[in-house]
Amino acid sequence: MTLFVALVRRDLALSLSRIGGVVLPLVFFLLVISLFPFAIGPEPKLLARVAGGVLWVAALLAALLPIDTLIEPDRADGTLDQYIARGLAPETIAAARIVAHWLTFSPPLLITVVVAAALLNLAPEQLPILLAGLALGTPALASLAVVAASLTAGLRGGGALAGLLVLPLALPVLIFGSGLLLPGPGGAGALRLLAASSLVLLALGPFAAGAGLRSSQD
Amino acid sequence: MMAGTAPILIADELHCARGGRLVLQGVSFRVAPGGALLVRGPNGAGKSTLLRLVAGLLRLEGGVITNPFGTAFLGHDNALKSDRTLASELRFWAGLDGQIGTVDAALDRFDLTALADLPVRILSSGQKRRAALARTYASGAPLWLLDEPSVGLDAANVDRLAGAMRDHRAGGGLVIATSHVPIGLEDAAELLL
Repeated sequence: MTLFVALVRRDLALSLSRIGGVVLPLVFFLLVISLFPFAIGPEPKLLARVAGGVLWVAALLAALLPIDTLIEPDRADGTLDQYIARGLAPETIAAARIVAHWLTFSPPLLITVVVAAALLNLAPEQLPILLAGLALGTPALASLAVVAASLTAGLRGGGALAGLLVLPLALPVLIFGSGLLLPGPGGAGALRLLAASSLVLLALGPFAAGAGLRSSQD
Repeated sequence: MMAGTAPILIADELHCARGGRLVLQGVSFRVAPGGALLVRGPNGAGKSTLLRLVAGLLRLEGGVITNPFGTAFLGHDNALKSDRTLASELRFWAGLDGQIGTVDAALDRFDLTALADLPVRILSSGQKRRAALARTYASGAPLWLLDEPSVGLDAANVDRLAGAMRDHRAGGGLVIATSHVPIGLEDAAELLL
């Protein structure tokens, strides 16, 4: 457990020290959001109607942005070898990476969402629902990002391939997450389904990513 | 160590395939505490593969490795993050090994004390290699696996490496190394691949 905490702290320190490790996904998120009023027109009603879905899609894309830096640098510079030679299981390394990635990306994103929701004219009573949904869904996005990064580590053009791998798998989270904001009944049910799908992706992530790390050793 | 049955590193009939090609076929060796093995052979003979097998980084196709020792691995890559200082990198790895107090001695042993607070990216390749050796030294692991440890080192630092290995073995440590140049393991058993 101390080893796990040491790994998380290390990963956190490294991504916080990288210029843009935290800021870049957020700027990207805000940019994607701000494209929509230009693309579909500034009519407040229309924007309010699409705001929830747009914010979810932008959050998903922002989670994919740092995939190149999640695993590949550690594989290329021998850090993974050092971990595994010390007897650390690839699953442990992957789980620590998921936790660290979630910590660097989710809390700042939730803060940024408050600003972005105003840009899109999201109804104020929907903001808490959106934040709750993102808080539940982002662990799954972090898990998927680490899985994709592990599977594509060492491949040329791995980042683009990783995006193709992740986007379909993120669909349940996206559907239930943005479904929370749709008018009509069923809010609590959607929240439970979102939590369930997020939990499944989070639980499977370390094992899938661990298998990817193992195969990148050969 | 148990009386009578001192632990010993045993590799028996190792087979390993890389990319569908059998690289190692029936390699066997033993190393006892205080002993060393110098793995030699032409490029591509499987020296690095053998070290990675012992380190647990590759899967065995056949054979058995009995390794009762804690292991420190030095590969081709130094595994040091360029934006962190040398001392903080070594402390992190020593911390993983549960060896907080050994970093200063390791820095001193490889003449790195003056460089400790510099970021890794401005170090020369020889200095980075010494830093990776210092990590091995600080790990406290009895078994050192050194893959071309002297790459980039000048004569004085090859002597430092030789001295460190000599003292490590005198204290009951084991060394398995690959090298194309003399690194002070002339008394070691040789394994020709």
